Amino acid sequence: MAKKDTPEQAEFREYCRNWLKDNKPGPPPSRLPELAIEVSDEAHREYLCAWQKKCYEAGLVACDYPSEYGGGGHQGFQRIASQELSRAGTPFLINVIGLGMAAPTILHHGTEEQKRQYLKPLFSADEIWCQGFSEPGAGSDLASAQTSAVRDGDNWILNGHKVWTSLATFAKWMILLARHSKEDKYKGLTYFIAPIEGAKGVTVRPLIKITGGTGFNEVLFEDVVISDDMRLDEVGKGWTVAMTTLTHERGAAEGAGGGGGGGVDDRIESLIALAKKTPRGSGTAWDDPVIRDRIVQIAIRAAGLRQTARRGRVEGLIDHPMRLPLQGKVVMTELMQDAAAIGLEIEGAAGSLYVRDDNAPDEGEWPLSYLNSYGMTIAAGTSEIQRNILGERVLGMAKSK
Amino acid sequence: MQPKDFGFGEDEKLLRDSARKFLEDALPIDKLRTLVAPDHVEAYESDTQPVYYDESIWKQIVELGWTTLAVPEEAGGAGMKMVAVASLAEEAGRAALPSPLISTLVSTCVLREAKSDGASAALGRIAAGEAATMAMTNATGSWEADDTDVVAEGAGDGVKLSGTACFVQDARKASFFVVAARGDAGVGLYCVDADAPGVEILPDQIVDLTRDQARVRFDGVAVGADAVAATAGSGADAIRAATPAMLVIIAADLCGAAEWQLQTTAEYARVRTQFDHPLGFFQAVKHPIVNMMIDIDRARSLVYGAACDIDTGEGNPQLSARMAKSAAADAAAFACGRSVQLHGGIGFTWECDLHIYFKRQKHNQALYGDAIYQRAKIGELL
Ligand SMILES: Cc1cc2nc3c(=O)[nH]c(=O)nc-3n(C[C@H](O)[C@H](O)[C@H](O)COP(=O)(O)OP(=O)(O)OC[C@H]3O[C@@H](n4cnc5c(N)ncnc54)[C@H](O)[C@@H]3O)c2cc1C
Repeated sequence: MAKKDTPEQAEFREYCRNWLKDNKPGPPPSRLPELAIEVSDEAHREYLCAWQKKCYEAGLVACDYPSEYGGGGHQGFQRIASQELSRAGTPFLINVIGLGMAAPTILHHGTEEQKRQYLKPLFSADEIWCQGFSEPGAGSDLASAQTSAVRDGDNWILNGHKVWTSLATFAKWMILLARHSKEDKYKGLTYFIAPIEGAKGVTVRPLIKITGGTGFNEVLFEDVVISDDMRLDEVGKGWTVAMTTLTHERGAAEGAGGGGGGGVDDRIESLIALAKKTPRGSGTAWDDPVIRDRIVQIAIRAAGLRQTARRGRVEGLIDHPMRLPLQGKVVMTELMQDAAAIGLEIEGAAGSLYVRDDNAPDEGEWPLSYLNSYGMTIAAGTSEIQRNILGERVLGMAKSK
Repeated sequence: MQPKDFGFGEDEKLLRDSARKFLEDALPIDKLRTLVAPDHVEAYESDTQPVYYDESIWKQIVELGWTTLAVPEEAGGAGMKMVAVASLAEEAGRAALPSPLISTLVSTCVLREAKSDGASAALGRIAAGEAATMAMTNATGSWEADDTDVVAEGAGDGVKLSGTACFVQDARKASFFVVAARGDAGVGLYCVDADAPGVEILPDQIVDLTRDQARVRFDGVAVGADAVAATAGSGADAIRAATPAMLVIIAADLCGAAEWQLQTTAEYARVRTQFDHPLGFFQAVKHPIVNMMIDIDRARSLVYGAACDIDTGEGNPQLSARMAKSAAADAAAFACGRSVQLHGGIGFTWECDLHIYFKRQKHNQALYGDAIYQRAKIGELL
């Protein structure tokens, strides 16, 4: 990878590496969740916001955004910073939805004032963002969202119910898909920035996940009044704006699937380590050819993912512009799911032991990861929907909806 | 010649139907949820994990005679066939029943193979309504019959037990343990009361909400001659002989729970609409649900085939029961994944009932050896 860096990029990479070496944060107050979207503990929030701010101030966040909006004003630097962050195994950046989805959407569709107001505090994690797309009746079929936005002079009045809203407990802002008109499914949608923290008429209720942990929320809007300057792009353009967000969401989810500290490669290393320390018969699970075969299959898929990311940047080796990018999310999240399942298999009886058990191997990480992995194959467009999109957009097959 | 109907006749059907009816009434899904998943913090963050079960249901189960089913008539039980026991375990799985029923049935099958006065006495206790569980697994979770970490030293007519048994199922619900312990002459089986002096139950913090599990420490626990179920050397044989029955019971539980997962997911696919269609309209949803069914049916047939092998003494139960467990574990794994995935966001929540079954299935998949383990054993037999 380093070989393809331009001289400026190489220099920047060197800078990132050194900075990360010198500024590795101290240990978190307690074990961090696997993913940024799961953070629900106030102490974790403080720790992670401080870390993101530090990274931002050092120029490792928003490198490629224009400097007038608080970005680094570079080109092709973010990939390098992200690679080095992941290599350093430092904690994840907490404002994932802000960075991965809200920021690119605002940059693309926002007014000059909106860009100036919202982007910088987003980059520095002074303001956390959440995404209010899904509703009880509108998940995969996002365009059927019913949360209403009714025009009232220079204001809009919001009413409705959003669900599965990650990070809403900490969020200052939400990117919101709402319906201003019932006439047309798609053209009846308008996109807003909605205030969450401390906003009148907004209720955030934590939802409990199958893991027993909190992480996502439901958000209720009851006659919430927002001014028209919080609308993003034109009235009726909500679906188009949402498409911008979703295009970036897939990338963000892919990155988030790696979790804190390195992602897939780390996961495989820990699988191998687990197999080597787990007694099985007269040896260890690593001596069992069946287990070894499963782990190696995962390792091959991971290597494939890595080389695909590399190939995705080589024009001569790409047949269709969306073919590889659209595979990323489903491939990554299913890989992580299968890896966790193998971890559980290796553990056998000990896989029954959960995070609070002192005897649980790897502190109960494997059952926890396995349960959590379903969040990843469901969130940000389920695996089924991803496959529909691939079949339709890349392979030209008939639409199933 | 084996019976064409697996030996599953009128009596068995009657038992199964009444068991299903009883559990539907006594433990409807809403009650199950409030019973085993009342609060996520209490469940997973208490210093000692609570035991979630309803003792009054257990008492009724005992009164209904379910725990005596597998006890031979000579020992005061009903002496019913394995196909009947399997169908009962299937219903327990379908209801995700939290109770020491499965542990007691498993212990019964082991004691039955021990064929001693001590074992008969223990079977008598089970027939009289006491719950039992096996304490036989070592710290590494080995499923080999003679891999216990507990040691038995001769003491008068009886023995003294020391060491720790791990992964003891329903430890805090059982009134006695059937302990596998190693002496000079090999592994024996010893019945020890849960409240006997020198016994310490150290509860695990587990994922499954429908059972409890513990390490049980024996600190020089005295066992009298009358509580020796299998003398040193014959205990591991009894466990091995009972292994097909143990596997059939767990496989049946897996099948019953998987059937619940199947029906619940199919129902959701019929009623939830997206894109103006019920989810099941989409083949990406319909086909995996059908595949769940195909897997379950294969496993269920293998379960009854293996149970019939045990009942008739024909065929090769060591082989067929391992096939049943392997198929059931795989069917359950698939059912777990698809049931949650195909429910979307709601399937990932604590308030949805799926996770209760998901976690029970994961536990049972591993219990007494997962699918890979069973296939390795089958490979040795072929
Ligand atoms: C951990 C987690 C975090 C999340 N965070 C957020 C967030 O921050 N903000 C937000 O807005 N949303 C969030 N979501 C919601 C997520 O985007 C939705 O759950 C997802 O889009 C699926 O929608 P649904 O839950 O309504 O499931 P449904 O759409 O009801 O789908 C149920 C099942 O049917 C399948 N299905 C539906 N339609 C089709 C079809 N046409 N073809 C084939 N299969 C189909 C789906 O794949 C799924 O398996 C989160 C979800 C999770 C699990």
